[in-house]
Amino acid sequence: MSIQKKYNLRNKIIPVAVTVSPVAVWLVLLIAVPLLYIFIISFCSTDAEHNIVFSFSLANYAKMFDPSLLTIYANSLAISVLTTVFCILVGYPFAYIMAFSSPFKKSMMMVFLLLPFWTNSIIRLYGWRTIIGRNGYINLALEKLGVISSPFTMLYTRGAVVLGMVYTLLPFMILPIHTVIDKLDRSYLEAASDLGAKPVKSFLHITLPLTMPGIFAGTIMVFIPSLAYFFVSDILGGGKNQLIGNVIERQFKEAFNWPFGAALSILLILITLLLVKAYMKTGGSLEELGGV
Amino acid sequence: MKLKRKSKQKLKKRAGTVYTALVFIFLYMPIMIIILFSFNTSERNVVFEGFTTKWYGIMVQNSALLYAFKNTLTVGFWSTLISAAIGTLAAVGMYRYRFHGRNLIDMLLYIPVVIPEIVLGISLLSMFSLCHVSLGLASLVAAHVTFCIPFVVFTVRARLSGYDNSIEEAAMDLGANRRQVFFRITVPVISPGIISGAALAFTLSVDDIIISFFTTGPKSTTFPLKAMELVRTGITPDVYALSTIVITVTFSVVLTVQTVLYKKNKKLNES
Repeated sequence: MSIQKKYNLRNKIIPVAVTVSPVAVWLVLLIAVPLLYIFIISFCSTDAEHNIVFSFSLANYAKMFDPSLLTIYANSLAISVLTTVFCILVGYPFAYIMAFSSPFKKSMMMVFLLLPFWTNSIIRLYGWRTIIGRNGYINLALEKLGVISSPFTMLYTRGAVVLGMVYTLLPFMILPIHTVIDKLDRSYLEAASDLGAKPVKSFLHITLPLTMPGIFAGTIMVFIPSLAYFFVSDILGGGKNQLIGNVIERQFKEAFNWPFGAALSILLILITLLLVKAYMKTGGSLEELGGV
Repeated sequence: MKLKRKSKQKLKKRAGTVYTALVFIFLYMPIMIIILFSFNTSERNVVFEGFTTKWYGIMVQNSALLYAFKNTLTVGFWSTLISAAIGTLAAVGMYRYRFHGRNLIDMLLYIPVVIPEIVLGISLLSMFSLCHVSLGLASLVAAHVTFCIPFVVFTVRARLSGYDNSIEEAAMDLGANRRQVFFRITVPVISPGIISGAALAFTLSVDDIIISFFTTGPKSTTFPLKAMELVRTGITPDVYALSTIVITVTFSVVLTVQTVLYKKNKKLNES
């Protein structure tokens, strides 16, 4: 063995193998291969005992255009769009205030933003039922104030599902926006104000355009999960306001039509890829999506 | 003119505080409800009827609930440990060396971050069933490690950037071997990154619903899945009682750590 080869082995090949091979093996076996496998079974069918039959067909993809499913997609997309819009509207000002706060206040806001995650989301969403239910606190308060005479329905509506989604996903919008505003070069704002720009104008012409990547990153982190968080719809939508995620869940847990569920998952992957591509085209980096 | 500007700024600040408070009320309202209704005499979580602590006693006897809770902690512990080990090694290796397939690993790391959890959940379920892996705590840990690894790698990597390589070189010049350098120098230096990565992994693991939903077996229900099962019949206040204890413990721990860190930083700045 030549000295060069020996040197390479000791100083490169062995250290790389020791540090990187566990993650490589893990990611290939538990991410790459499983995803490839569901891509394959999305073209298969099932027999009478729900076993997967390996034969090529596009039937599962054709089945996606079933009219009853199209309504669900439309509903699911509407919920995701509304969720994303509300998360931006509520989250942006919050992230802005947080970025311009003192270091202590900022770290406190961050802690309190993340603390709810330690209480499981199912139970927190269930808590909302007590608030927005028919005899819930909002109806009670409105009745006491004389605004309404009979309770109005909030639970089991599309609004309730959107509320639950915004509630669960808001921090994922705030964090990337905050990161971008935090990194913003403040001297631009000072220059604008020195040159006589009103705060509104400098916000619209400087802060907002420069922090767009944060909004895009947040949109990906909110829009995509909201297509598939079926438990939010289960708890607050009461079976009416279904998501694409509910349809997939049913294929695996009730209908036992795994190939069709796999095909729907491929649809979700395509939506994800499309959004990530658009995000990267506008100058966003994948690292910002990682959130750290 | 100057006075007017000052009062305007004050008003702006006050508006900011009010807004922040409103967002926090929105985020903490259901948590308040959980704590309040864990002391409610009625079993139905509709109106508060009277104060009692009986649910805490009932919760202690609810072996199915406690079993699920124990499973959550067990899975959280092992997933954190394994993903922290694999993720730290990977971050160090990928930071230091350029090799074939590096970009592929990088790409695979971003998949669990962006694809919907349900997709990862069903693909792992399909894979486990193809390989006849029986579903239980082990499959659950394997699934959790999969989505935790990227977050550990990213956090450790963030810590590594700005890492001074010369201390390692100095140690090697003085005769330390690679293993010694890794455990005695690299790991201590990047330990804050490893700790925050591990904390993130544990948080993700104990709160996970969707991936656990698909990869768990009949005997390895976790706390979130047990709660989901109970939604159909109605969550009882004893579940709220357990959650209230969890909330109290995590709030105390996190706030103590936060104040200690703040005081330490303040002292450092003063001296």
